[in-house]
Amino acid sequence: MGTISLKNISKSFGSTQVLNNLNVDINDGEFLTLVGPSGCGKSTLLRIIAGLEQQTSGDVLIDNKNVNRVRASERDLAMVFQSYALYPHLTVRKNLETPLRLRDYNAFERLPLIGNFSPSKKEKTESINQLVNKTSDTLKISELLDRKPGQLSGGQRQRVALGRAMVREPVAFLMDEPLSNLDAALRVHMRSELSELHNSLKTTFVYVTHDQAEALTMSSRMAVMIDGNLLQLDTPQEVYDNPSSLSVAQFVGSPKINIFKGTSDSSGTVSFLNVNLKRKSSESNTDLHIGIRPEHLEITNESNENSFSGTVAYRENLGSDIFFHVNIEDGSNKIIVRGLPQFTHQISNGSSVNIKRVSDKALLFNQAGMRVQFTNA
Amino acid sequence: MEAKQYIGEGWKHAILIIGAIVVMLPFYMMVSMSLKSQQEIQSISGGLIGAQETQTFPVCVKTGYSEETCTMKPYQYNYWFAFEKAPIPRYLMNGVIVTLSIFIIQVLVALPCAYALAKLRFYGREFVFSMVLFCLLIPVHGIALPLYVMLAQAGLVDTYSALILPWTISVFGIFLMRQFFMTVPDELIDAARMDGMGEYAIVWKVMLPTAIPALLAFAIFSVVAHWNDYFWPRMVITGNRDLFTPPLGIREFRGGIDSDEFGPMMASIVTVTVPLIVAFIIAQKRFIEGITLTGMK
Repeated sequence: MGTISLKNISKSFGSTQVLNNLNVDINDGEFLTLVGPSGCGKSTLLRIIAGLEQQTSGDVLIDNKNVNRVRASERDLAMVFQSYALYPHLTVRKNLETPLRLRDYNAFERLPLIGNFSPSKKEKTESINQLVNKTSDTLKISELLDRKPGQLSGGQRQRVALGRAMVREPVAFLMDEPLSNLDAALRVHMRSELSELHNSLKTTFVYVTHDQAEALTMSSRMAVMIDGNLLQLDTPQEVYDNPSSLSVAQFVGSPKINIFKGTSDSSGTVSFLNVNLKRKSSESNTDLHIGIRPEHLEITNESNENSFSGTVAYRENLGSDIFFHVNIEDGSNKIIVRGLPQFTHQISNGSSVNIKRVSDKALLFNQAGMRVQFTNA
Repeated sequence: MEAKQYIGEGWKHAILIIGAIVVMLPFYMMVSMSLKSQQEIQSISGGLIGAQETQTFPVCVKTGYSEETCTMKPYQYNYWFAFEKAPIPRYLMNGVIVTLSIFIIQVLVALPCAYALAKLRFYGREFVFSMVLFCLLIPVHGIALPLYVMLAQAGLVDTYSALILPWTISVFGIFLMRQFFMTVPDELIDAARMDGMGEYAIVWKVMLPTAIPALLAFAIFSVVAHWNDYFWPRMVITGNRDLFTPPLGIREFRGGIDSDEFGPMMASIVTVTVPLIVAFIIAQKRFIEGITLTGMK
């Protein structure tokens, strides 16, 4: 079991409100990502779940038990930190043993020397050793057990930190940007390893990151937080395809979604630049933001009422895709268009291009940044 | 270019060497005088170790030893007579007892205090810390008299407690360890909390091992200061020679009925200083190890 419920959680430091009335239900065995720009309160929320920080108001329930007054160590959660936070003076083996010793040995058995006289200690030590060996085998760190954290590389320390969290077999893992200290290649690799680990452990993971790519790739559901508010909680695909607000749409997806200024006329028909979407918005006679992702725009030869033109300012070649940063003719906007290399490799900086949209992919937002639906989609 | 560099380096070294000689000279005199005979010391002759001629020492005879026992080489005589005249091992042991007790209790007090001041959030923390800083400004000699009166009222004069108790709370130690703990990442403490450690366990099992370099620096300050302290033991140890610390012991050789004899006096000073120098050399090695030990980031 490993369900976590957060009910009306608010947190303020002095007069600064960092979390506003959050409600999240995390299911057993789920990989939930808390994602948002730095300073949005996601780490604070994780620390509240862990019990390292006390919420100003609201309840935290673990397995339907209110743990507001339960200390961090008794919540049976394990946490992986950004800086790994391994004990620098202990070997890897000792680092892994520490949480088990604290859990299994009683106060007498933890005493140096005389603790060894306790009759049950030998048995407990045996089981601790077994757990440590099992975990280090799973994470492939068996050959590192006698080294100290200072002698390990970043990736190895990351594994040891994971191991220290795993040995205790907690009800849930809390991870606070565990990959952000790794280099890019290792980070991508660890993403898949973490996902595999989650699949094999089938334990609840709560994962905090500011990297929307990590959230999209690993999580079963992601919670997008901005400025202490939970804006959307859904599967990664749903958040990407169907963002609830302009901020979510802009935060999720790389490169960023393109935002055009548009209007709807009295009948609700939406248009921007010289393009008519030929679809109706539920809000008529108003200014709207129209969001179109880079992959829903394409470079075309035709110049008609469905396309608009601009000049390529910068060409970003990623091999599999080329992203064109285009200044639109009227100077109002700088947008990003994805092109497939086989069709667009000859386009260079400064050339003028026509752009058309893929139909049915535009997202509408009103002036307040909230999502507006099409009526006849 | 290269030659110029050598000259530049040469100048630096020349200045450092002069500085080193100035600092080392008293030590040289001390060691040299502890090996030579009284005549050689007074006539400033004989170089480092003197002629080492076997002779009979009159002060020794006057003290009541037979002439036969008093006939030996000067270096033997100086050290033998120093130990004969004063119970130097006893003084050294007192020094060890006092400095170690002070240091251990200082650590027991300073570490939890520093941890609370650096890492725990509580109402009035900044005020308490500013009081610690304020206490750093109080000179020991300014409060010596009230302290003495308090100890006298408690009937503790002429006991080990009088030597130890007033120094057990070191504001300097609290300040130094607090500054060091500020640099320990919060995540390490949070990790320990998640692992199930209580706050005291964190202080002794996580903070203490990471603070070894700072603790060694503090140990050097504390041990040197209290080993060499003359002022305070002179105040509170009024009669009982069994409680003399090494600096009080050296005083035994100062003048007296038998006129000043510098040889045994210097021999006793060498004996008193050597433990400190050895301890410092050992600590220095550990110092460097301690710094490389921290693999936090």
